[in-house]
Amino acid sequence: MSASSQPLVQIHNVTKNFKRGAEVVHVLSGLELAVDAAEFLALMGPSGSGKSTLLNLIGGLDRPTTGTVQIGDERVDQLSDRQLAAWRARHIGFVFQFYNLLPALNAERNVELPLLLTGLSKAERRRHVAAAFEAVGLTHRAKHFPRTLSGGEQQRVGIARAIVTDPTVLLCDEPTGDLDRKSGDEILALLQSLNKDHGKTIIMVTHDPHASARASRTVYLDKGQLSTTPTA
Amino acid sequence: MSILTQLFAVAWFNLRSLPERKAAALTAAVGIAGVVGVLVGVLAIAEGFRRAMTASGSPDVAVVLRSGADSEMTSGLERDATRTIGDAPGVARNAAGPLTSAELFVIINLPKRSTGTDANVPLRGVEQGAFDVRGNIKMEAGRRFATGRNEVMVGAGAARAFGGLDIGKQIKVGQNVWDIVGIFTANGGLAESEIWTDTAVLQPAYHRNSSFQSVYVRLTSAAAFQQFKDALTTDPKLNVKVLRLSDFYEEQSTAVTKFITTIGVFIATLMGLGALFGALNTMYSAVAGRTREIATLRALGFGAGPVVFSVLVESVLLSILGGGFGAGAAYLLFDGYRASTINWQSFSQVTFAFQVTPALLGKAIACATLIGIGGGLFPALRAARLPIASGLRES
Repeated sequence: MSASSQPLVQIHNVTKNFKRGAEVVHVLSGLELAVDAAEFLALMGPSGSGKSTLLNLIGGLDRPTTGTVQIGDERVDQLSDRQLAAWRARHIGFVFQFYNLLPALNAERNVELPLLLTGLSKAERRRHVAAAFEAVGLTHRAKHFPRTLSGGEQQRVGIARAIVTDPTVLLCDEPTGDLDRKSGDEILALLQSLNKDHGKTIIMVTHDPHASARASRTVYLDKGQLSTTPTA
Repeated sequence: MSILTQLFAVAWFNLRSLPERKAAALTAAVGIAGVVGVLVGVLAIAEGFRRAMTASGSPDVAVVLRSGADSEMTSGLERDATRTIGDAPGVARNAAGPLTSAELFVIINLPKRSTGTDANVPLRGVEQGAFDVRGNIKMEAGRRFATGRNEVMVGAGAARAFGGLDIGKQIKVGQNVWDIVGIFTANGGLAESEIWTDTAVLQPAYHRNSSFQSVYVRLTSAAAFQQFKDALTTDPKLNVKVLRLSDFYEEQSTAVTKFITTIGVFIATLMGLGALFGALNTMYSAVAGRTREIATLRALGFGAGPVVFSVLVESVLLSILGGGFGAGAAYLLFDGYRASTINWQSFSQVTFAFQVTPALLGKAIACATLIGIGGGLFPALRAARLPIASGLRES
């Protein structure tokens, strides 16, 4: 990724439309966003405002209808499916609301998954996995299967999986949405620590003002447009 | 990590989750086991019949029939012709003379042991040379028939399949009564379905005077066949056709083998279609059940290829497991099972044992694999095309 002073994430004039039957739904309209490296950005907005859509565009899971999405030096909107998959593996760490762990694999194997896409040896992979578990404070549960872990623990495993490849950007889609307040706070503290102590760039979608308070900046999305203040 | 390792990694994750879908997986596998079981069972009949017909068809043994005859039933040769055949070049000889057997072939009615209904059983009149010509006749019990006496020896297959063919008993055909003096084997070949007697006794019993229907000849070697055939077919005194015994038996078994195979393949194809839809259904359900898992893998950077591969591997593996079970069950149930059926070319019963051969098992597994590929391909493609963003939120 670029080491220049330009923002790490640059969204320029992005529109995103979906077809719903004969109707065209305009989710994002001429959206502009810039996120600096090592920033912790909270993205808020009402349901259906397009927060997850924007996150998907930044994460290369979807392409804009028009406009550009640039992460570092890479024009993500111009990559082919195959290039996007490889790019995601190198640069994006996803944290999902419902953790999205593979139930048939234990926590350790789940965290190792993204490393299977790298050229690391088995011993190196093990080392990275151990470091990720240490970072999320869950080393003692590494051999457990997801069904035997609490929601908070599963989300820690999800975060360990997201950071194990040391990605450029961490994208969190409602990371505390399925957790009680206490577990949610622990997860938010962990994300904050990853941002402050390890310089991770984090973009987090949330409904929760309590969660967004942990971020260094909050933007609000409504009717396809971003603003720095919540709409009434 | 190489694409190959990625392929196997995703396939392995998928297989690890198979126990969560065991009911559907088991249903598909059982369906395929049924198809393969039926296919193997029916083809084992055809293979057993073909083997019974051809097992004793040695390439250095020839059979001579009247020209134009397509079976012994429609053939006829006079005594002079049989002597000319014995004197032809290429015929093996021993101290007693040429190794030939002029033979008569008639059909008698005997009840089947299984159903009690009458069946056509071949009664063959042979000369003493027949034992050296065939070379594989062994007495299982009793002794050979004596020359010039109303005695018969019964093939082991016929003795098992038809009633009243025990040593010490008699068979009555028309005005004649024959004592059963022995049971013989012929290396599982066609002769085991027959009853043998002295041709000199059978001729008057059936008012055949000095006529025969075929001459069986042992040649000096397999290579001597052409010389022997040319000598007979160019002799203006003879009007004959000459065949290697192996070719003759092969030809005699063609119609029934083809019929059984066709029926078997037809039934298996119908069942296979059912199993294919079963596999499709199972794999579509598997993909639907794994939508979030697949989307997660794709989001993490795994390509569409490994996802397609993983679904196909599951489908093919289930099919091979089901097919293997079906083939194994068919082997245990059918291999060696004895039965008899009519050979339309001789209008007589042939007893045989079902043969589940390694080649047949290989074909069955190949068939199961095809069902697996067919059943997995479209669900695999659907899995690869699942939109990642929405898939991540599937419950």
